[in-house]
Amino acid sequence: MNVLHFINAFFSDSAHWHGYDGIPRRLLEHIQYSLMALGIAAAIGLPVGLLTGHTGRGGNALAFLATAARALPSFGLLVLMFVLLGLGLLPVMIPLVVLAVPPILVTTYEAMRSVDPSPVDAARGLGMHEAKILFQVEVPVALPLILSGLRSAAIQIVSTATIAAYVSLGGLGRYIVDGLYQRNYEKVVGGATLVAVMALVTLGLFWTVNRVAVSPGVRRSG
Amino acid sequence: MNGFFDIPSDLQHSYLGLIGLHLKEALLPVLAGLLIALPLGQLCVRFRWLYPPVLGVTTVVYAIPSLAFFVVLIDYTGQSEITVMIPLALYSLVLLVPAIVDGVRSVPQETLAAATAMGFGPVRRYVQVQLPIAVPAIIAGLRVATVSSISLVSVGTLIGNQGALGNLLADAMFYHRPALAVNSVVTTAVLAILMDAALVLVRVLLTPWMPRGTRSARRAPRDDSARPEPAALALKDAVR
Repeated sequence: MNVLHFINAFFSDSAHWHGYDGIPRRLLEHIQYSLMALGIAAAIGLPVGLLTGHTGRGGNALAFLATAARALPSFGLLVLMFVLLGLGLLPVMIPLVVLAVPPILVTTYEAMRSVDPSPVDAARGLGMHEAKILFQVEVPVALPLILSGLRSAAIQIVSTATIAAYVSLGGLGRYIVDGLYQRNYEKVVGGATLVAVMALVTLGLFWTVNRVAVSPGVRRSG
Repeated sequence: MNGFFDIPSDLQHSYLGLIGLHLKEALLPVLAGLLIALPLGQLCVRFRWLYPPVLGVTTVVYAIPSLAFFVVLIDYTGQSEITVMIPLALYSLVLLVPAIVDGVRSVPQETLAAATAMGFGPVRRYVQVQLPIAVPAIIAGLRVATVSSISLVSVGTLIGNQGALGNLLADAMFYHRPALAVNSVVTTAVLAILMDAALVLVRVLLTPWMPRGTRSARRAPRDDSARPEPAALALKDAVR
């Protein structure tokens, strides 16, 4: 296994563990980009998805928007923004947010639509007002699906934040891009491994959140 | 738009040539993914215990970043088109298996029983009853796979100009010509939208019994409200 040999070489080299181009620093940068993008995308996607899902209006418009946004190539958008706006966080954030909003939006909408209407009617009959129905009846039932939308958005962001290195920002992509230019294959494989591990850790995090946040009753019926 | 379609000669392709290359690199993997996903999905439907682990593996595979995937493959397949296509095929496979399983499972039990009672063998039942009813779900999966595949080919630029239209992005930076980046993004997006529309058309042609609205197009077949009707109509078709 050639690749394993490269991975081993990369991680056992102590030069990779400290300093400006050290793993901890690059990892923190990557996490920073990812969290920021996910935060912005969730701030856009969740409220819109919850409201449209709750009222049941605008599903077609959402689906159309999502298709249009999906058609935009993230990597192309990144380079285009970089060429137009120059160096900075903004050209990286725009493609990441465009990438992450559709899955959050569409899944949240679908999740809200898939909630069994009878408890919602019962809540209305009990005299709950709309906001309370939304947050105490619908969201808890729809939570597993909403989380799965957030999860796929988060994983796509973590994967795609790698290409920020191509337009001279930091993050774990640095190792891959620099390694390719320096013909240093050990560095490339090391960087790729780090990103893959981070994506899997993200998966694990969401699985944990799912265990903690979703009510046991919902999990049983699901 | 002076010279908007003039492609720098280092890319070795004309504008149309790049489009052709891009489509080849994006669509062949989706096709390969579909061909593998159909039998795999059928296995998951047949043996229920197989599905959860397969679902777990697909989630993990989908979490592997495309760039990381490309560079690890360089060691085996070099800086070539095939290096870009293998991960894309895997991503398509991962998207299509759940779509196929959901679609085939959405076929009502009585429909299957009726087909069996009419003397359909398992193969004929699969081809003439289960697959047609699963078509909307499969096409929904294919749409996502195709669009994301077309978008991801561009990343191949990073491993030595294997990104078809994405290579324009590298040149946009080398030559300081933003127009090339605009060209790349717009062309890729238009390609994705056209392919998406083509798939919708295919679904309309393949499922003449479905209502013509967009209502049931994007739905994963999780809601059974829209299902019995096409199934019943499909049954009538089968009876004829």
